[in-house]
Amino acid sequence: MGAAQSPALGAVMLAPAVLYILLLVAGPFLLAIFYAFSDARIGNTELHFVGLENFRSILQSPSFRIAVRNSFVFTIGSQIVVIIVSSILAIVLEKPFRGRGVIRFLVLLPWVAPIALGAIGWKWILDSIYSVISWVLVALHLYKPFSAPMWLGEPHLAIASVLLVHSWRLIPFSTVILLAGRTAIPKDIPEAAAVDGAGFWRTEFLILLPMMMPIISVAVLFGTIFTFTDMTVVYILTAGGPFDSTQVLPSLAFTVGIQGSDLAAGAAISLSLVPLLVIVAYLMLRVAHRAEVT
Amino acid sequence: MQTSLSAHALRKMAHVLAITLFTVALAFPFYWMVVTSFKQNVDLYTMENNPFVFNARPTLDHLTFLFTHTRFVRWLGNTTFVGVVVVSVTLLFALPAAYSLARLSGRWGERVGIGIFLTYLVPPTLLFIPLSRVIAYLGLQDSLWALILVYPSFTVPFSIWLLMGFFKAIPRELEDAAMVDGLTRFGAFVKMVIPISTSGILTVVIFTFTLVTQEFVYALTFLSSEANQMIGTGIPIFLVRGDVYYWGGLMAACLIASLPIALLYNLFLDRFIAGFTVGAVK
Repeated sequence: MGAAQSPALGAVMLAPAVLYILLLVAGPFLLAIFYAFSDARIGNTELHFVGLENFRSILQSPSFRIAVRNSFVFTIGSQIVVIIVSSILAIVLEKPFRGRGVIRFLVLLPWVAPIALGAIGWKWILDSIYSVISWVLVALHLYKPFSAPMWLGEPHLAIASVLLVHSWRLIPFSTVILLAGRTAIPKDIPEAAAVDGAGFWRTEFLILLPMMMPIISVAVLFGTIFTFTDMTVVYILTAGGPFDSTQVLPSLAFTVGIQGSDLAAGAAISLSLVPLLVIVAYLMLRVAHRAEVT
Repeated sequence: MQTSLSAHALRKMAHVLAITLFTVALAFPFYWMVVTSFKQNVDLYTMENNPFVFNARPTLDHLTFLFTHTRFVRWLGNTTFVGVVVVSVTLLFALPAAYSLARLSGRWGERVGIGIFLTYLVPPTLLFIPLSRVIAYLGLQDSLWALILVYPSFTVPFSIWLLMGFFKAIPRELEDAAMVDGLTRFGAFVKMVIPISTSGILTVVIFTFTLVTQEFVYALTFLSSEANQMIGTGIPIFLVRGDVYYWGGLMAACLIASLPIALLYNLFLDRFIAGFTVGAVK
């Protein structure tokens, strides 16, 4: 090897970053596990070991069950919408056209602007009285004035609204990833398919789709993590309401652990994110590994 | 010929239609922020008014209110301050670590690199409860320094990952030549590698800064007083008085805070995407 490796210098240069990450990621993670098996509360000075008591009590709480269901509904639902829409967008945005730069910027806005601020925009669009969507529905005579639905006030509509905002936010991210994947496919492959008489749909579904699978999985895996662990959208749109109907695991952990001072139960709730995170991490390593081998 | 021509025209129409439809749907909330920011209250809050047009003269009242009667400017300042410090801390940790992983470590370095990438998957919503106690123990509640301490825990891993890619792309011969000329390995890193990696470093700077402006959970948990907020928490929490939303001012604030961040991020987007798709795209 040309440049001789220097393990000692390498370790010295790497150590600060690794220590920082261990202290601020691994440390708190272990502390969360410790809390989840204790009776820790804000203000309590003494801690007692309580075994699985916290897990038993959160499993019995109806709001935890709703939060688990919602976390999965929002994650799976938005990923389905995101993959369909971003696949179409990646196809229509791939070839250069006039104004593509501006269109790309506009399409990317939901992802690149802070989500807390985008969500406030939606809160205004979905306002109970002045919603522009309701105004349009009334103008089209689909609803009588003052009788349009309360988008964030009725449980089912609130769930649909949160799902919509999550999808809206992740479509740009997924689109650019898929675009990167499409540009990496050698141009002669779709051309050869065209010469062989394959039409648009055959080329897309039978030839390009299989080649795009690794990159689609990357988009879905990141999208899953971003949605499953997010509390910003729910916190700003509905604060978990009405009646806890849109609560997700992270927002419930915040409500119980920080606002309700019950650190132990809050830690137990956020730890229930872990199994899915582990699965996603495992799948991600497999995708990366397969891509390296081929 | 006739049929193929019309099929072509049809496809072109479908193309334009799809682009228009999706662009309008995705950008609409930001268009709505613009419209709302310049409308008088009497216009905003009259249900009979067509919300898509100005029914009364446009006004700058909401902007004036935002800049003179709220802490908005202060939040912009707080966010910039935290952003700049976190960027510096991130570079300090990530630059040497990435170089070490790219050049100075063999097989085990690859494993550490993957481990570091995986910590990027550990979300703030998993760690904020124990970290809130750590912050309290350190006496940093309601202080911007709490964020400065914690934010590098997610900016450093991704930055290491991005920089590793840049360093690996530098020809080894450059450093070898520098070392033959009498520089130590560390000297070659500081005097050779860092100067020719400015574009990679700039990418990390922008990425770190935008992550800081987009973060919500830690800022919500650690900060409490109005003067100490970041834009992401100050706007949704402190621009709302009781239950009353001042939509004009709120939308103006969202717009002003979002656009610069969006523009910056957009410029460097392709490189961030390269970081997300390592391996899966050739």
